[in-house]
Amino acid sequence: MTGTVDSRAFPHRHLLGIEGLSPEDITLLLDKSEGYVDQNRQADKKRSLLRGRTIMNVFFENSTRTRTSFEVAGKRLGGDVINMSVAGSSIKKGETLIDTAMTLNAMHPDVLVVRHHESGAVHLLAQKVNCAVVNAGDGSHEHPTQALLDALTIRRRKGGLQGLVVAICGDILHSRVARSNIHLLNTMGARVRVVAPRTLLPAQIERLGVEVFHDMGAGLKGVDIVMMLRLQTERMHGSFVPSIREYFHFFGLDARKLAAAKPDALIMHPGPMNRGVEIDSEVADDLDRSLIRHQVEMGVAVRMACLEVLTGELGNGPPAK
Amino acid sequence: MTARTLLKNARLLDPATGLDQKGDLLVVDGKITAVGSRAGADSSGASVIECHGHCLAPGFVDMRVELREPGREHEETMQSGSAAAAAGGVTTMVALPNTEPAIDDVALVEFVARRSREIGGVHIRTYAAATRGLKGREITEIGLLSSAGAVAFTDANTAISDALVLRRAFSYARTFDALIVQHPEEPSLAAGGHMTEGETATRLGLPGITPAAEVMMVERDLRLVEITGARYHVAHVSTGATIDAIRAAKARGLPVTCDTAPPYFALNETAVGEYRTFAKLSPPLRSEGDRRAVVAGLRDGTIDAIASDHSPHPQDSKRLPFASAEAGIVGLETMLPLTLELVHNGHLTLLQALRALSQRPAEILRLPAGRLAEGTPADLVLFDLNRPGRIEIDGFRSKSKNSPFDGRPVQGRVLKTMVEGRIVFGGDS
Repeated sequence: MTGTVDSRAFPHRHLLGIEGLSPEDITLLLDKSEGYVDQNRQADKKRSLLRGRTIMNVFFENSTRTRTSFEVAGKRLGGDVINMSVAGSSIKKGETLIDTAMTLNAMHPDVLVVRHHESGAVHLLAQKVNCAVVNAGDGSHEHPTQALLDALTIRRRKGGLQGLVVAICGDILHSRVARSNIHLLNTMGARVRVVAPRTLLPAQIERLGVEVFHDMGAGLKGVDIVMMLRLQTERMHGSFVPSIREYFHFFGLDARKLAAAKPDALIMHPGPMNRGVEIDSEVADDLDRSLIRHQVEMGVAVRMACLEVLTGELGNGPPAK
Repeated sequence: MTARTLLKNARLLDPATGLDQKGDLLVVDGKITAVGSRAGADSSGASVIECHGHCLAPGFVDMRVELREPGREHEETMQSGSAAAAAGGVTTMVALPNTEPAIDDVALVEFVARRSREIGGVHIRTYAAATRGLKGREITEIGLLSSAGAVAFTDANTAISDALVLRRAFSYARTFDALIVQHPEEPSLAAGGHMTEGETATRLGLPGITPAAEVMMVERDLRLVEITGARYHVAHVSTGATIDAIRAAKARGLPVTCDTAPPYFALNETAVGEYRTFAKLSPPLRSEGDRRAVVAGLRDGTIDAIASDHSPHPQDSKRLPFASAEAGIVGLETMLPLTLELVHNGHLTLLQALRALSQRPAEILRLPAGRLAEGTPADLVLFDLNRPGRIEIDGFRSKSKNSPFDGRPVQGRVLKTMVEGRIVFGGDS
């Protein structure tokens, strides 16, 4: 519970990605998140852990869900949360990312929560500031809090991650969620499959420790978890699939394809969903099997845990990651 | 009054003749007049430079540099580039035409020649654009530009991708026996990519460029060479498949040559690490297998030349997210020590390395350089083969310091550089 003292320490200054985290790091974050799930279900949700701390949400790419989730998380811990929408501000006037980082740093934030449309941009920014940085999604690279909330969601339903078979389906090529989940699930002993047409798979994805399938029937056979990904048309230059109709026919999740999975297989989606593109409403709204709304709830708890460990260890941990 | 200089007690190295022996070299009025034991005999009245047994070789001929003048002089000028070249042992360098404006006109070729004379440093020659404005559509005045002094024709870092345009450029160039230099990358296949496709790019979430984009351009071009008989040079080859294709073409007797640049044998794609933009290049750094293939290509002579591929960019243009950062690194001042790594590691003999740095590029471009022959201009480099040290970008003469090699331990350094008998680097010691 939230009241007990947890002596385990998070040995990283920033949370820039799942790659590089140990099983102990991940378990620590998930355990701390559990307490916040309970807190968030109570009438009085507010704590004062982050009183006096400043958390800035700096989003170079539009987001409503993730930004709101971080905002709620920060406020429930008693922190001051400032939302900076960078789209349309000085960055558009030619200021470099590093100049923006220096400007924000001069305001002495305790945590910067950063989303950027370019892979590696959050790493770059983190090198230039004195506070903790949370990667809220950078290009096609990583989205660590999404993978953590997915893990928490699975762990609460399945009791653990070890030995589970998880199929991640769809636009792997452009997906930071896929990369973070692959790293996390592998680190925690799950078996990961990716299922997609070849145009939506990056080269040598198998080197990240996944089994590759190009057919939903084979890829979903016997799996415990089906994770669907959104077709990220905004990151696509040119045509990766010939039509939505064809994509949905072969790679969209519907009851027929889901039948290949284990009878108690669960369905996840990081949102926002495109119904009729990658997922059929019938399965998305199946209350027994779809975890999509749980994922959103877990998101707030996980982000509270991340803010807690990063502010608690501020200045004590090693400078890496 | 004649100016006589005797370079005494040197290890004389001439890849063209295989010369590698202790001796002296006499320079009279900017020309080599005696090499070896005879040099000391008629040296009366000469000023003497004691070489302490260090290596004395033909000055390097760097066939691929970007100098940014005219147009972007804050990044590099011919003056700063000349100083960097001299510090790197380069006595002749050939500038790419991707300046602003592009060098696609006789007046601009003459401008480079005039500036080179005014600066009085190393020899600065220039390519001219193969197509007007480097746009890949209409061929330039290859005949007039050749007469004005353009060494060869290229669209710099843009591939001449339209097959019909390239065929015409080849055919027309052959009329004047001009050389066409190609940047080998199929642009429609590489579009949007920022590093070599593979595990590293996948981990980093960066769009990749398949290494096949290089060889397919070269293979297509070789078909056009067969049709036209034109002289064709492939710049900065970086993949094993490309080198195999060129090796096979040479065996068939096609008039093809190629060069590579030090990063392609000194680094592989893992140098990008966590988004190190200083390791962003075009073509991108490749796999370890391709890096080894480049070394093998140098060893068997398939790769004729080593060029610095000197691309000055201000550090600000590198301190950006990876996809937004400029591609390219400076190389004039690191070319020798990085090439010597191959010698110290036993991959190349010293004469093989020097052949790739001076003799072969001079032959390909038909420049009067790259030899220690009597009667040729005294363009010379004196270097210590073994002295250990570190690459330090702060000491670079180049205006831009964008190098991934900062701090790299190396062995060997340039002591003195002479152009037509004038000391342009290392005059104090």
